[in-house]
Order: sequence, then structure tokens, then C-alpha cells
Amino acid sequence: MGLKKYISDIFYGVKSLITGMKVTGHYFVRPKEIITQQYPENRESLKMFDRFRGEVVLIHDENNMHKCTGCSACELACPNGSIEIISDKVIDPETGKSTKVIDKFVYHLSMCTFCNLCILSCPTDAIKMAQNFEHSVFDRSELTKVLNKPGSKIMPGIR
Amino acid sequence: MINEEANTAVENKPETQEYFINMGPQHPSTHGVLRLMLTLDGEIIKKVEPHLGFIHRSIEKMCEKDSYQQIVHLTDRMDYLSCHMNNEAVCLCVEQGLQLEIPERVKVIRTIISELTRLSSHQLWWGVMGMDLGAITTFLYGFRDREMITDIFEETCGARLTMNYNVPGGLMFDIHPNFQKRTKDFITYFKKKLPEYDDLLSNNVIFTERTKGIGMLSKEDAISYGVTGPSGRASGFSCDVRKHFPYSAYDRVDFREIIYTEGDCYARYRARIDEMHESMKIIEQLIDNIPEGDYKAKTKAVIKLPEGEYYQRVETARGELGVYVVSDNKKSPYRLKFRSPGFSNLSALNIMAKGDKIADLVATMSTLDLVIPDIDR
Repeated sequence: MGLKKYISDIFYGVKSLITGMKVTGHYFVRPKEIITQQYPENRESLKMFDRFRGEVVLIHDENNMHKCTGCSACELACPNGSIEIISDKVIDPETGKSTKVIDKFVYHLSMCTFCNLCILSCPTDAIKMAQNFEHSVFDRSELTKVLNKPGSKIMPGIR
Repeated sequence: MINEEANTAVENKPETQEYFINMGPQHPSTHGVLRLMLTLDGEIIKKVEPHLGFIHRSIEKMCEKDSYQQIVHLTDRMDYLSCHMNNEAVCLCVEQGLQLEIPERVKVIRTIISELTRLSSHQLWWGVMGMDLGAITTFLYGFRDREMITDIFEETCGARLTMNYNVPGGLMFDIHPNFQKRTKDFITYFKKKLPEYDDLLSNNVIFTERTKGIGMLSKEDAISYGVTGPSGRASGFSCDVRKHFPYSAYDRVDFREIIYTEGDCYARYRARIDEMHESMKIIEQLIDNIPEGDYKAKTKAVIKLPEGEYYQRVETARGELGVYVVSDNKKSPYRLKFRSPGFSNLSALNIMAKGDKIADLVATMSTLDLVIPDIDR
């Protein structure tokens, strides 16, 4: 009885190991079924999905115009304080009214958790999430970015 | 002279004594920064004492200053492998407080994505479980299949792991046009691949020898320690929140609650493998009948819950997650408490590992499927 079980255990064990090896062998002879990507080499052809959240960008058009009114809705919506808006009051020479314009749209990438709440809160759709995910830099200070390009202005008609 | 020396050697024979050993906080099989203080007699474990706090980020305290919309994204960072269910728990709790009618479409989509999250969590667990016991092959196979789910998440939710797809009242965006096709493709693909899991690991003689009869947890202990999820159900404790207190669209789908009565590591392993089959069954029933409608109910920009206490529980991949909110009619909660499944499951580790060898502790821990940020929060 004991001997019989001992021998059957050996056979069962060997059989179970061979079953596992069969799966490994299946993929060994069919390398096309392996789905590995060669990442740094395929950078040119690598396309991320449209909704992928990589970083916040301020949308500029070809005339270097953006849509940000400096309302600070995104600053309030952000849970980590990664957005800081520094705005100025500018007096319109024609009408004499003072309007708010952004001086700097500061974005701390190091604090951002990519939760998308700022994008949802923006009333003028001025910001969006870009697909760039390669954020490594040599110095931490490089992760604090000013998103509005130098010399950019607000689009006419955006209030 | 020689005799004398021999006699003293017998007299000074060292007595066996208990000793301590630190497992972690930097140990590959604790899956994070968990420190276990083991009291050992030789190789036999007398006592396991978990020491927590290495990854404590005070999420509960942070919630007290955040608005309800902002709380949701913090729960991603608790149990990151079942982040969608964590988000859902907070959202359901807020919706319960506001007495909000959520569209049917939202309920169905939430259920589908919850089950996809459960599948991806179990796939990762299966890969890591094999690796803990010395089989690196499983890790690669588990991640291969998980990649398809993370692609679905990336396309629809915008992130692979911390997706933050729920907002109080509904979803952040509507599903992507490709979502249904991709999900169906994945289900047909994974139905073929799941038997490979059995071939590679479940029936492997080395694996079964190392898991059968190891880390026993009786039903009484599971109930008294509050061990929930697949770990509790493997001990015969019927604790599936989806079955007993259905939320979202779980009341209209047909699935089986997996219950094993053995209570050893192998039963916990089998419970999770069978849960994958059940999850696929749930997705198949819902994926073709997503009702038309809005993807979000209308909510105010600043959500204030009426004064009172609210509790909502959901079934995550690891067990029962409870969210307890005390509100004082302000824009952030007065107090928020998470009953996380990992913490309760870890508390039973001492009685499970007692009397086993050190190597068995690794098997016991990986079948508990601990996620350390969930324990510490």
C-alpha cells in the first residue's frame, strides 16, 4: 500500500512537471505569441492612448494665444497644490477697464497625481492632459514648469 | 584530561532557546514595507508580530481637509490593485448621503470595470504568488494577460493603475468607443489562457506540496478576526458583499460565491482562481447590455453632505472595504475612516503561521494577498 502510493506519487509529480514544461515549450517554439515591446527603441512608433494622462499643458494656438483667463478654478480643484496661478491686473487703454491676465501659470509636476480634476474644472477648456510620460530630469527644480509660453496672450473673446 | 573535557562539554551543552528574527521591512516576499518580528524555535514559528507604519501617509487625516471630489483620488493610493473599487466605495457613500439617483449606465459600467480590476488584481497576485514560491515563469505569464486589461483602462479611464475614473454622481468620462470590443476580445482570449494557469502552477507537485495543509485558518477564527474576501471564503466564511449587500449592478447578474472549507493555502489559491472565472461570467452578462443614458448625474460644484453618519461597503479584490463618513454639513468630512481588508487579514497571520516553518510563512503571506499601503493607509 505504502509502496504503491510512493510510486504513484512519483509518477504524478513527474507528470505535473511535464505538463508545466509543455506550456513553456509551447511559447519557446512560437516566439510570435510573445508580446514584449522593445521600449526605448520603439519610441518613434509608440503612440499612447488619447486619454492617457501624462502631464498638464496649456493649449496654445499657432498665433501663441491661449484660453486661460486666470480664474484659478484649477488651482482650487487641485488636491495637492500643484498648480499656482500668478495673475496681473492690466488696464485696457481703450475702455479704461482693468482686466485680469495671467502672468505665470506655474505647474509643479513633482506634486501632481494626474487625477484630472483641474481639466474637469476649467470653464474655458484652456488646459488638457498631454501624453508625454518621460518625465525624468537631473534636477528636481526642472519639474516646476511655467506653462504659458513667453509673449503669449489670451485669445480674444474669452471671458 | 580528555575525559574531563568531554564531561564539561556535556554539562555546558547549550540549551535551546527562542530567538527573534526580523523579516522585512525590505524583504522581497512582503511585497512592500512590512516588518514582521518572528519568534522562532529552531525553524518553527512561535509568534508573528507585524510592525506597521513604514508607509503611513495619513490618508484619513488628509481627507478631512479635501472636498469630496478630491477624496476619491486619494483612495487610489490605498489598495492600488483594486483602485476602482476603492473609488466606487467613496462615491457610493457620497451618493448615499446626497440621496442621488445614479443613471443605470453608470451602475453597469462601474460593475464591469470593477470586475476587470478584480481580474487584473488576481492575475498579478497569481504571478507574484508563484514567484514567492520560486517560480519566476508565473510572474511573466500573469503580467502578459494583465497587460490587456491595463490597455483597456488606459484607453477608457486614462491611466493604467491609479485610474480615478469615478466621480461622485457618476463617471469622469463616457466609455471609449473601443471599450466593448476590447473587453470582449480580452474575455475570449483569457478564457483560453486561464487553463494554462492550472497547468503551470495549480497542479504542479512542488507547489501543491508547499501549499496543501499550510497556514490553516478555521472558520471561527476567520469570523472573529474579520478575515474577508477570498481568504475568508476559503475558510468557509460566506462574506461576499456583492452577494449579501448588492450595490451597483450586482443585483441583476448571476454568479456563484466561491466557498471552500479547507482553510489552507491551497484553498485560498483555488478560491482566487475560481473567482477569476466568476468575474468573467459577470462581465459577459453585462458587456452587451450597457444601457444608454448619461454617464454622470448632475451634482453641485461644491458637494456638502447633510449632517450625519454614512457607511458604505464594497467588495474589493482583497475583501470588504468600508467607508465611514461623519459629516457636519461642510464641504469636507468631519471624520473619515476606512475599514481596509488588508489590515484585518494581516491580523490573522499570527494564528495562521503558528507552528509552521519560516518558508511556509512566505506561502501563507502571499495567499493572504497583502497590499501594504492598504494596511497602513
